[in-house]
Formats: sequence, C-alpha cells, structure tokens
Amino acid sequence: MRSRWVVCALLVAALAFVAAGCGGDDNGGGAEGSEDVTGEIAIMAIWSGAEQESFEAVIGGFNELYPNVTVNYTSGGDNLAPLLSTAVEGGNPPDLAAIAQPGLMAQFAEQGAIQPVDDLRDAIVDNFGEAVADVGSVDGTQYAVLFKASNKATVWYNVASFEEAGVEPPETWDEFLETAETLKAAGITPFSVGVDVGWPITDFFENVYIRTAGADMYDQLASHEIPWTDQSVKDALAVMAEIVGDSSNLAGGTETSLQTEMPASVAKVFSESPEAAMVIIGDFAPGVNADNPLEAETGYNVFTFPSIEGSDPASIGSGDLFVQFRDSPAADAFLEYVTTPEAAAIWAGRGGFSSPNKNLDTSVYPDEITRVTAGALAEAEVFRFDMSDLQPSAFGGTPGAGLFKAFTDFIANPDDIDGITQQMENDATRAFAG
Amino acid sequence: MSESAVTAEAPTAGLPPGDDDAGFFQKHGATIIFLAPALVLLGVWIVYPTIRTIIRSFYDRSGDDFIGIDNYRTLFTDDTLVTAIQNNLLWLLVVPFFVTAIGLVFAVLLERIRFSVAFKVVVFMPMAISLFAAGVIWRLMYEKDPSQGTVNAAIAVVADAVSPSGVLAAAQPSTEQLQADSGGSLVLDEPLEPGAVAQLGLTGIRSSEVPADAVQAVVPEALSGGITGVVWRDFKPGGGTPGTVEEEELGLPGVTVVLQDADGRSVAEATTEPDGTFAFEEVEAGPYRAAIGAKTFQESYAGVSWLSEGLITPAIMMAYVWVWAGFSMVVIAAGLAAIPRDLLEAARTDGATEWQVFRRVTVPLLMPVLAVVFITMLIYVLKVFDIVIAIAPGSVQDDANVIALAMWRTSFGGVNDFGLGAAIAVFLFLLVIPILALNIRRFRREV
Repeated sequence: MRSRWVVCALLVAALAFVAAGCGGDDNGGGAEGSEDVTGEIAIMAIWSGAEQESFEAVIGGFNELYPNVTVNYTSGGDNLAPLLSTAVEGGNPPDLAAIAQPGLMAQFAEQGAIQPVDDLRDAIVDNFGEAVADVGSVDGTQYAVLFKASNKATVWYNVASFEEAGVEPPETWDEFLETAETLKAAGITPFSVGVDVGWPITDFFENVYIRTAGADMYDQLASHEIPWTDQSVKDALAVMAEIVGDSSNLAGGTETSLQTEMPASVAKVFSESPEAAMVIIGDFAPGVNADNPLEAETGYNVFTFPSIEGSDPASIGSGDLFVQFRDSPAADAFLEYVTTPEAAAIWAGRGGFSSPNKNLDTSVYPDEITRVTAGALAEAEVFRFDMSDLQPSAFGGTPGAGLFKAFTDFIANPDDIDGITQQMENDATRAFAG
Repeated sequence: MSESAVTAEAPTAGLPPGDDDAGFFQKHGATIIFLAPALVLLGVWIVYPTIRTIIRSFYDRSGDDFIGIDNYRTLFTDDTLVTAIQNNLLWLLVVPFFVTAIGLVFAVLLERIRFSVAFKVVVFMPMAISLFAAGVIWRLMYEKDPSQGTVNAAIAVVADAVSPSGVLAAAQPSTEQLQADSGGSLVLDEPLEPGAVAQLGLTGIRSSEVPADAVQAVVPEALSGGITGVVWRDFKPGGGTPGTVEEEELGLPGVTVVLQDADGRSVAEATTEPDGTFAFEEVEAGPYRAAIGAKTFQESYAGVSWLSEGLITPAIMMAYVWVWAGFSMVVIAAGLAAIPRDLLEAARTDGATEWQVFRRVTVPLLMPVLAVVFITMLIYVLKVFDIVIAIAPGSVQDDANVIALAMWRTSFGGVNDFGLGAAIAVFLFLLVIPILALNIRRFRREV
C-alpha cells in the first residue's frame, strides 16, 4: 500500500509540473512523455470503423510519448453501456472507457467502480474551462475527462430549399418561425423530425430551455432540484409547440415523424429531392448517412440554434468522457494525454471530431463547417451537457422510457403540456429515488 | 466397520474411506466419465446462471443490499412491466391459436390440390429466415408512407382508385378571404356581383408542381355583365405580399372554378388559363361566390399507421404468425398423412358432409399433433423477444413490450437494473415451467 502512495505522490508532482508547463505556454505544450511508464491498458469506447481508425491514430500519438505502454482498444459499439455495466457487475472492467452518459458515470462513481482523477483537475480546467471540467465531476470529485464532444445547438438546412423559398438562415426564434412559414408558402415542408427513439427531441427541448429559462435553471432541472412540472418547463414546451404542434410543419406529418429514425430524418434534408428544409440535430449530422449526396456549404449548411428573446449564445453539447476503472501509471498517463490539445489535434485533423479544448487551434479542422460548429462549442459563453445524458439512465437514456418516452408523447399530443410534464415528474421522482 | 474393510483391501487404499463409495465408482465410473462433459457444461451454462439469477433477483440495483421481494413487487406495480405482462397474455391467447388454426387450414386444403409441394415451400419459407430478419422486413413493410411501406402501398392502390388525389393536393389559401367550406372546397369570402374581379391566391405549392405551361399571373379586366378572376400561386422567393398578384408569381392553369349562387348551388364552371385567369360571361345580378372545388385538394392516401401505439402489437403478431404458420402447417400435414384413409372414407360413405368429416373425424384424430403445435407455440410466445424489438420503433416499445423484452431493457437497455431484470427473468422462467412440465408428461405418455 505504501509504495502505491509513493507512486501516486510522484504522479501528482509530475502532473503539477506538467500543468505548470502548460500554463506558461499558450500553445499548450503539455504533453511530455516518459519511457519509464510501462504496462498494458485496455480501453473501451463506442468508436468503430473510421472513428476507430482515428482513435487508433490518437493512441499512436500517445505511444510516441510513452513507447513502453501497450494500449489495447476494443470497440463496444452501440452496446457500450450494457457491456460496461455487465463487465462491472462481473468484476472485470477495462482500465479505461469513454462513455457518453455522465449519468452512467455518476452511477459508476456511486458504486465505487471508477477511480477519482482529482489530480487531473487543473489540467482539465486549463484546457477546457470550468464548465466542461464540471461535466466530468460528481459531488466535487473529478472522475472523467471530456475528450470528444459534439455541438448539439445546430440546425442543418438544405441550401437549394432555402434558395427556392428565398430565405436566409434565421438568427432569432421569430425569424425562425417566419422562415418556416415562408417555406410552407413555397410548398416546402420546413422540418424533418425523427422521433422514433425520442432523443433528438430532448436535444431540441434542451436548446429551447437553456435559452428561455437560463443556465441556472437548466442546472437545477438537470439535478432535479426543481420539478419537471415547473412553469419554466411548460413555457419551453409551449415554445417548442409553435413548431412541432403543427403537423404541417413536419415532413410526413406527426404520425410519420413518430416512426422516423434519426438517420432517416437527416436523409430527408440531405437529399437531392429533399422532403424537408431543416433538421434540428447535432453537429454529427453530415456523417450520419454514408451516402449523403450533397456537398458541404453548397448542398447543405448549418446555422446555430436561434436566440430566443435575446438570449446569449449557449451551447448544448454531448461527448465521450474517459473514466478510469483501474488505476495504474499507464492509465494515468493516457488520461493525462487526452486532456492535451495535441491529442485532440490528431483526431480533429482527420475529421468527424469536435473538441471543447480551448487551446486547440481551430485551423486543424478539415472544413469550414466543422470550424464553425466546433468553434462555437469551445467559445460558447454558456456550455451545458446534454441534459438527458445527465439523468439517471432509467430516466434519461432508455429508449421508450422516461424522458425519451415523454417527448415522444409530447410530439404525439403537443396540447397536453400539463399531462406530459406530470408524467416526466413522476418518472423523474422514481428514477432519482431508485 | 468400514475402516477394517479399507485396510483389508490394499488395491483401493488410495480411495476415500467407505466401501460403498468404492462400489459406486466401480459400478458407475464409465457413466460418470461419459456424463461429465455434459454435466460440466450444463452446470456452467445452465445451473449456475439460473441459481445466480434467482439470488440476484433479491438484491437491489447495485447488488449490495438484500431487498427481499421488492423487485417482484415492482414487477407487478410498474406500469411498463404490467403492460409487458398484459401484452404477453394477449400473445398467449391469440398467437398459438392462430398459428395452429392457420396451419391446420393450410394443411387440410393443400392436401387436395396439385403442386401442393410448391405451396408448402412458399408457406414454409419464412421459417428459414431468422426472426430478427423477418422483423426488419416487416418493419419496412409497415412504414406509414405508401411510397415506402409495402402494406400501405397495396392499400393505397385501391384507395387512390376509389378517390384519386387532386392536382393541387397540398395547396393552402394565401389569405383569410379564401375559406375552406364543409365539403373541402375553398370559397372566396367576398360576395361577387357582375363586373367583379375575384382573386383566389394559393400557397403551399412547390414550384416544381406548378403546371409547365403556367405563365406570369395577371389580374384580368373587369367584364361588364360577367365575373372574371385569377387563380395564382401567391408566392415568390422570400414570401411576397399575400393577397396581391406580384411579379414572378405564376398563374395556375387548369383549375376548375365554380360560381355559386347565394344558396351555395353551383351555377357555372370555368377553367383557368395559363396566366390563371378565368371568366364567367353573362351572369345575372348576384350575389355570387367563387369557389375552387374540393377535388382539386383531395389529398392522396396517407396510409395506415401500423407502427403506432394502438396497432403495433397486432402488427407484430401478424408478422409472427406469418413466420410460424409454415412450421405448424408442415407438422400438421405430417400428422394428416398418418390418419387412416379408411376412417375418412367410412364417414363419407355413411353420408357425412365434408365439414362434418373435418370437424368430427379429422380434427379429433389430429388432436395429439395439434396439441404439440399449440404447446410449442405457447412456449415460444412466452419467450417472444427478437421480432418485437426489430419491428417496434423506439417510440412505441413501451406499448409493444413483452416480458422478455422488458427483461432485456431493464437489465441492458439503459435502465441497468440487474436486480429487477433478474426478477423478470425468474418470473418468465416460472411461467414457462408448467408448460414444459405438461410437454414432458405428454412425451412420456406417448413413449
């Protein structure tokens, strides 16, 4: 035991030294390797295919600094959360994993399944700022590093449809509604919505709520300090109903939207003969369908979710958080590496990646659209993590239950705001109690 | 006693004490060696997990605290889980009956026709597909949009033949002066006297849907003793001013305009020109109203929402019956072939009608086979899972829920409550046991 404390103390000292170096140097030359760190670590994340190749490039960057550490990456795909839960239950988790739900992270922290990484806190704050650092902490203890993020405050549009109707990307909510009306007058359905599972609508709600109720209320609602029956929630739903309450605003109408999967909803806009002009979805939209026939900027483009009644620029993001199931010098070194702008730059240059790292030069992004969406993420005055991901997963992360179910029901019955918020509150109470 | 026996027999000195054991190993050694692999596998993969699941079901989510039967209490109070149990009950009542009945009907009818093997192959074919793949196929077939879902496309062919869709199905009035009446026509609010000019602006029409011969819309001159007017696409890029004919706005040719008198009876019809104008010449003193007929706006068939919460469970059941009818047919056909022909002949000779033969002779003789099919289906239906998760969109998975799906969703699908999940698994296990016992008893009797 004592030897372990010594190692820890040495590591803390080393990290403090590294962090100090980072603070003094604006280019963030924080990554300094060592041949003394040895060992083998297992990492699990959802990334597969092209994303897996990009992450392996990041591992390559890590190995240049720490040549004596062997990193074994396994992709868990979409089943990562159940795989990890099962692995924890069975007592055989990987050393590190990147998970997308802070709610799951909190659950693991409560179970004692993941290790605190408080000694990384300073490095994280230096690179990402307090707001992002807090996403990875539970009750003041740092447990995770947000590595790959996505900006969910984006609206994608079909450029040809906008030109046909003669409209410009709107900046305010009123302009947004006006744009929708003009599109309809031109015979173009304004929105494509994929409600099949419900989470795209939770993102829509979060974007509205943080603008109508503000970041403080957002935090209180996220931690269930105020109930879902609060007037602010009802107001936000009423604002949403200005769009989703009218079936003619949605591609195929309400019924079809309820059965449309998210990728299909994106494809309806990213198409040569689009069925709708806009889709409210995160920055990952262009990568959702492999056979996207349109060119960036000339075929499809993006604007930031409009401000509502003069609200400040706010960003809703989500992302993959690295957590540590097993403590070892090699795992610590890897975690420290992913906080650096160097690690982010490797993947950012390969595309399909946004980093909330403020020290990352946005010129590394391969195209203009990513520079816009990723830049907005790092620069937003207000950054909040996707609220549904912050909930206990029974409430915020289960298809067909909790929030996903409630928002699906909301699309089906946009007039029943009182009933829906009561249903959310009942589900939330139960999930927070369990 | 036993010790003396051990010391007396030197060759067995290495064995544990007790001459009973020695005898046991000598007698059953070979049996044990042969059984051991199977027992080990059963133990590791069946017995241990079963026991562990039962124990786990009495612990909470984290697995640390013993909570007695709380998980089982949740099972019968949680809305989602109660729905799952009710749905499973519905499955039990409906599906085995239909699978058996349809299989029986196919088997009996196919006995009478030529090329019956070809039909049997077609009906049996779905069995060759995995249930999950079958689910994916049906999910696509059930799509609401008739241009995507096969089932609705088939209905749409009939529906559109009965009431064809209008030329301007999506069109909307551009101002409030144009109002929809009860019959679906758009009627201009303002009364018209001879010499008036009516302006009927429409929006919501794609530029690509405007007829190709359309030209810039114009407001016609007033006609003395007659009524003139224009029907046009009241939109230009950016929106324009609703209600006024502007540059770049096109007339809508080929639209039928109806002139109605004060009582709403139609007195004349006119068709619009390429610039959207129309004219009723020589009309008597009014007042009149101009209307665009309902047929113009008849929307094409929108499709049945198979995947909505109300229809999802019957829709999945249909797909499931489609898959299993083949199995049922083949088993029953085999049973049918084994029925002594002379019994049927005797019944016919005695004057029984075909229905009576079927009802009183064939079915009773087939009872054992029908029971096998029925009981097999009971077991499969209790455990139904993959086809439900494949067909039901996430938005209605709560409504389509069944016990096995609820178990998976609770344990792995996001809730991550292994305690409750284990309780659901144990409950499902308990439900299957009596049916299994029944089946085993039947097998014993037959042997």
